[in-house]
Amino acid sequence: MPLDPVFIGRSYPPSQPYDVSREKIREFAEAIGATSPAYLDAEAAKALGHKDVIAPPTFAIVVSMKTNETVMFDPELKLDYSRVVHGDQNFTHHRPITAGDRLVCVAHIDAITSRMGNDMVTVRTEISTVDGEPVTTARSMLVVRGEDA
Amino acid sequence: MTVEVGTELPALSVRLKRGDLVRYAGASLDFNPIHWNEKTAKDVGLPDVIAHGMLTMAVASRIVEEWIGDPGAIVEYGCRFGRPVVVPNDDEGALVEVTAKVTKDFEDGTVKVNITAAFEGKSVLTGAFARVRVG
Repeated sequence: MPLDPVFIGRSYPPSQPYDVSREKIREFAEAIGATSPAYLDAEAAKALGHKDVIAPPTFAIVVSMKTNETVMFDPELKLDYSRVVHGDQNFTHHRPITAGDRLVCVAHIDAITSRMGNDMVTVRTEISTVDGEPVTTARSMLVVRGEDA
Repeated sequence: MTVEVGTELPALSVRLKRGDLVRYAGASLDFNPIHWNEKTAKDVGLPDVIAHGMLTMAVASRIVEEWIGDPGAIVEYGCRFGRPVVVPNDDEGALVEVTAKVTKDFEDGTVKVNITAAFEGKSVLTGAFARVRVG
């Protein structure tokens, strides 16, 4: 059954704060094979003008994961998780995610469309500090494969 | 730093093996078994275990960060996930070949870098690009 477009514009309550640590950034950077000192060495990051080590551009996916799960498992949305495929992803960084940040995520459903039996859901997650400073806007388009698709 | 439209970034080749997928699963907290369990992958119609799309996206971003020096200069990064990267259970793994080129000057101190990532000669990320601060 196609997803109901009535959910376009739906917003979710802010997540619990996520504490960004140097060690989690290091673990993530090493897992993607990144070697930039800005990820690994606080002094090197400071020399580049950052407050502390910064996170790789796709690290925001870790920060927003719990929030995205809230959308995916929203009982009213009735999204069949077993049929969900990640269609596309975009990160707009208002500034880099930095060790020491306390970040809050707010998810919004920006679009629901259907094409050739598949549903496409665009989720926008606004990541900001607990003080309200915008940090990253993450947009994920999820494809829910249709029964016959 | 002055950057001309048309500049090609130094190419990058990354080999992804099963162990890399397990490691990324742990670091990213994405434990979907299609990224480490052959049986689950085949049950849902995949030829074998596949890399996380987000891992391929992350690996491809390295071409920009290694070129620009300060990865904090990457103000936007986006892509569509075109094809999966299939990772066999052997010592070779899957080779992802990344290229990138400056395609536009936004004339606000940022440029657009188009990125391609190929596996077995076919594109795996579609429309991948980064907007990078150079001024």
